[in-house]
Amino acid sequence: MDDGKLDALGQTIVSALGGAASAHAVAFNQLTVTVDAAKIVEVMKYLRDDPALRFVNVTDVTAVDYPGREKRFDVVYHLLSPTLNERIRVRAEADETTQVPSIIGVFPGADWFERETYDLYGVIFTGHPDMRRLLTDYGFDGHPLRKDFPLTGFVEVRYDDQEKRVIYEPVRLNQEFRKFDFLSPWEGADYPLPGDEKAEPKA
Amino acid sequence: MGLSQTVIGSSPDIAQAPKGILDPSTGKPVGANDPFFLEVNHELSDKGFFVAAADDLITWARTGSLMWMTFGLACCAVEMMQVSMPRYDVERFGFAPRASPRQSDVMIVAGTLTNKMAPALRKVYDQMPEPRYVISMGSCANGGGYYHYSYSVVRGCDRIVPIDIYVPGCPPTAEALLYGILLLQKKIRRIGTIER
Repeated sequence: MDDGKLDALGQTIVSALGGAASAHAVAFNQLTVTVDAAKIVEVMKYLRDDPALRFVNVTDVTAVDYPGREKRFDVVYHLLSPTLNERIRVRAEADETTQVPSIIGVFPGADWFERETYDLYGVIFTGHPDMRRLLTDYGFDGHPLRKDFPLTGFVEVRYDDQEKRVIYEPVRLNQEFRKFDFLSPWEGADYPLPGDEKAEPKA
Repeated sequence: MGLSQTVIGSSPDIAQAPKGILDPSTGKPVGANDPFFLEVNHELSDKGFFVAAADDLITWARTGSLMWMTFGLACCAVEMMQVSMPRYDVERFGFAPRASPRQSDVMIVAGTLTNKMAPALRKVYDQMPEPRYVISMGSCANGGGYYHYSYSVVRGCDRIVPIDIYVPGCPPTAEALLYGILLLQKKIRRIGTIER
C-alpha cells in the first residue's frame, strides 16, 4: 500500500475512534496512530472487529523510553491485518505511574508481551491476571531497558562455600566498561582518511 | 530399472576386505615391530597376565568412560552437539552424552551463564557424583565474554562451580572442544587420585 492509501486509512481510523485517537503519521511506509493510553482496549477492539480493518494479529507489544519527556514511555502495539495485508503501529504515551489497561481480553496473545514490557520498562498494566516479571532474575531490582538503568546493574552472583548456595553481592568491576566506537563518525575519534593527514597543513 | 546401469556378469559393488597398512620395510602391518606391543604380547603369552599400577588402571577406566552432562545454554551448545556427531565422534573416546547429572562425570558449560540460571547450574553440579569434572566452553562461560558488563550475566562460570578445563573461542570449534576433552583426559591421567 502506498503512502497516500496509508494516510487515508489512518484518517479513517482516527475519525472513527473519535476522542481515543489524537493523531496519525505515515513514515517509511508505516502507519502510526497515537491514542490515549486509558482507552487502549476500546481502540484494540475497534481495530480487531471492524469489518473494514480486521487487525486480528497482535505482533508485538513493547515500549520506548524517552527520559527527557514529561510522559517518558511510548507503549507501542504492532498489529497485522491479513485481510488488508497491512500493519499498524499504535502508540500510547505513559509514565511510571500511568495505569495502562491490559489488552489481554482482546488479544490473549498479549499476555507475555505485557509482562515483558512491565519487566523491562516498568510500565504498569491493569487487569492483567498474572503481572509478574518475565525475563529478569527472581527478585530483580529495577527495569533494565530504561535509559537510566546502569549497564552493569546493581548485583552480581557468586557461589559461597560457607553458605553452600549462590549469593548476591554488589557489583565490583576490576575494569570499567570502555567503549571503542572508532567507526561512528559522530562519536569516534577524528581519524583522517589515509592520505588526508598530508594535505592538512597546507589548508 | 536400477538407479545405475549394471553390466551383466561384472562383480557387484561391494567394499573390498581391508588389507591393513603394510610397512614396506618389514612387509608386516605397521606397528608389528613396536617394542611396546612386542613386550606386552610376550608377557601375555608367557605368563598369561601382566602387572600394572592400580591408579593407572583406575585412571584408564575413568578416562575411557567419561559421561558428559549436556548443559547447553547458548550457541556453544551447537558446537557441543557437533563434537558428538559422526565427524568428530567423541564416543570413540568413551565420551558419551548423558542427560542426567546423577549419572555423569563431566559437565560442559556451553554458553552464557545468566544470574537467573546460576543457582540451577550449581544445583545440577551438586547432583553429580564424585569424581566430577567441569569443562567451561566459550568466552561467555570463561569470563562473561561479550556480556561481561551486562547486568544479568555471570562473569565467568568459575564463580559458581570449579572448572577443570577452559576452552576459548566464540564459539570454540568442535575441534577446540575435542582438544579440551583430550586435555581433560590427560589431566585425569596426570593427577590420578582416587579421591579428589
